[in-house]
Amino acid sequence: MQPPIRFHDAQIEMAHGAGGKATRRLIEGLIAPVLGGPLLDSLGDAAFLELGGARLAVTADSFVVRPLRFPGGSIGDLAVNGTVNDLAVAGAKPVALLVTLILEAGLSTEALEIELRAVAAAARQAGVSVVGGDTKVVEHGEADGMYITTAGIGIADIRVQCAAASVRPGDRIMLSGPIGDHGITILLARGELDLEADLCSDTRSVYPMIERLVERVGGGIRWMRDPTRGGVASALNELAADTRLGIVLWEDRIPVRDEVRGACELLGLEPLHIANEGQFLAVLAPEHADAAIDAVRSVRGGEGAVIIGEVREQPARTVLAASAYGGSRVVDMLVGDPLPRIC
Amino acid sequence: MCLAIPGRIVEFLPAASHLAVVEVGKVRRKVNIDLLREDGLAIDDWVLIHVGFAMSKIGVAEAEEQMRLLAMLGEDKQAMEELEGYRFG
Amino acid sequence: MKFVDEFRDPKLIRQAAQEIRRLANPDRHYRLMEVCGGHTHAIYRFALQDVLPPNIELVHGPGCPVCVLPMGRVDDGLSLARDHGVILAAFGDMMRVPGRTGSPLEHKARGADIRMVYSPLDALKLARENPDREVVFFAIGFETTAPSTALTLRAARQLGVRNFSVFCNHVTIIPAIRAILDSPDMRVEAFIGPGHVSTVIGCRAYEFICRDYGKPLVTSGFEPLDVLQSIVMILRQLEEGCARVENQYARVVPWEGNLPALRAMAEVFELRPFFEWRGLGFISQSALRIRDDYADWDAERRFSMPGVRVTDPKAAQCGEVLKGVLKPHQCKLFGRECTPEHPIGALMVSSEGACAAYYNYAMRKSDAVAV
Repeated sequence: MQPPIRFHDAQIEMAHGAGGKATRRLIEGLIAPVLGGPLLDSLGDAAFLELGGARLAVTADSFVVRPLRFPGGSIGDLAVNGTVNDLAVAGAKPVALLVTLILEAGLSTEALEIELRAVAAAARQAGVSVVGGDTKVVEHGEADGMYITTAGIGIADIRVQCAAASVRPGDRIMLSGPIGDHGITILLARGELDLEADLCSDTRSVYPMIERLVERVGGGIRWMRDPTRGGVASALNELAADTRLGIVLWEDRIPVRDEVRGACELLGLEPLHIANEGQFLAVLAPEHADAAIDAVRSVRGGEGAVIIGEVREQPARTVLAASAYGGSRVVDMLVGDPLPRIC
Repeated sequence: MCLAIPGRIVEFLPAASHLAVVEVGKVRRKVNIDLLREDGLAIDDWVLIHVGFAMSKIGVAEAEEQMRLLAMLGEDKQAMEELEGYRFG
Repeated sequence: MKFVDEFRDPKLIRQAAQEIRRLANPDRHYRLMEVCGGHTHAIYRFALQDVLPPNIELVHGPGCPVCVLPMGRVDDGLSLARDHGVILAAFGDMMRVPGRTGSPLEHKARGADIRMVYSPLDALKLARENPDREVVFFAIGFETTAPSTALTLRAARQLGVRNFSVFCNHVTIIPAIRAILDSPDMRVEAFIGPGHVSTVIGCRAYEFICRDYGKPLVTSGFEPLDVLQSIVMILRQLEEGCARVENQYARVVPWEGNLPALRAMAEVFELRPFFEWRGLGFISQSALRIRDDYADWDAERRFSMPGVRVTDPKAAQCGEVLKGVLKPHQCKLFGRECTPEHPIGALMVSSEGACAAYYNYAMRKSDAVAV
């Protein structure tokens, strides 16, 4: 029997794509009930298929970003790394990509070539092959230059058994490095806010870090996620909702660069809600936490890995940030897009 | 009711006397300093920024005085604890 | 970050909290109103209630410009984008505030040209970049924000930008504080004064609160140590049995305020005879409108707007929450019909709104274990 449709919003708003509450409502309330089957039900970043004895991970992701190029990367880098990371945090080794381009008439060939080269370079770096794809062109004015959709295929690593159901109170939460770099870089690159900073997007494959982590403590990893849109707060709220457990973050241990903090203080934004494209979160069995941190820190780019919190029995379904002076606040999912505020 | 944040003046713009570049945690923005004309602003001064305007020059001496008062809250307590320690010790 | 991090020092916060516990008379219940929504936000964001003794109750005041804006004014602003085809420039804070036919964000999704700006000057820039379009800035805010709108209007006139105007919704805080003091429900012993408004209006404007109503007011900064130190100063006044205006935020707030800002406001704005505040009703001389000299840049004179009063849903108790009579969760709609995703009252929209702050930062903590 098909589950009931619970999504009653009259139209699609930008918030439905922002990775927060509205996105989850759309997926759970409309997309999953209509398209759902046993494989869709877990709503993870990637799905697993058993084919001829091999266990494959498949995933797809679409990339729309304005501007197309920004400090530290471009839509081409994102399109590869985003999908590679979805496979990596599902516990799979990324192998191949399909790349679909939706191009706006009027896009310069030079811009296209630059993005194709970015795709190629990022794929090489991440150790995946582009094995196919599709190209469509839409009328001028109907797309922001170009959109890219990538589908990824990976091979499941049998040493990893990630599932929200295996998360236990006492487990530790690891974050691979400073948060918010990507989201703030994009916000600044749009130029509307007239802010400048020497900040780069963190777009990269997190697979090298996860590969080392799996080698060292494979069975000790309970859950992984890359905190993209909606940030660390939304990823951990999903974990709290799925496990019905509580998550306590030690606020002073969450790494945030000065540039990101400055922009967030100035604009009244919450760093925990800002998007990342090159970080991952892992829930670890407590006895493996130290080894896990050592493993990730030993990989280039993973030096900033830290334990930022732990899983608790209570408060159920809730993420709390605890301060060093003994207060704690609820950290909710992002509602809509992060909007700069003046009040 | 108004989000405002301290920033440090790093540059005055010669072409536009009402603008200065202010840095907030390594993020820079041009802000309008018309409201502080009478304060005689200088590079490295700290100002409070709200919606792109410098609203007030931050008093370093006042901030230091405040920190001193706050630290004293603890010292008083420590001193009292020491006293009590003597009393009961 | 200088002037931020030192005022979040955990050791000093614990010390200040201890001093508050020492000063607070255990036989007494203290109700202190933080006038400003920025304080409401800070109190929840930094979980200050967690370090305060239970007999110090912080009551959230009316100082949230988005929260006090009546829905009819939101509709008027949206009509500019919908019916007059203007580019409507608004602060991010306004984007989710519900009008009768949806929020600015929803109107934008339906095709209205609504842009988010960080500064009124950015709205003026939009007008200069789009000379063939009308650009209207949806101005909101108390005295902190009003001077920036005034300077922007001055610049528009100097530069001769004719396709720019301001839909003025600036309000003033003193009449709102007076309205609360005169309200029969009033049960507040002292005020944590609005720090950033005071950079403009100074501290003298609050003296009537002490003189006529016998309540202390301490102008306060927004970092955790600022708020805690202000509470220490208030408790000392209450212990001494006196009522004075004190300035905890002396590093930022000059006692006399900012004279150039006051002059700019006086040049561009005049008081409206009365203005409706959401939840508080009509308050005389509590809002600003654009003077005749600047009529050409006044959106209210240049465009016809519906100007329809919209009454809030009966069940919503925004007024009681705004006046500090009810706690957010005591409203019948709180967390059920009214959530940050589907706000009914504006208090649930602005991150300064008491309801949104309570919902985002504190709700669900009641069943939390100590951390």
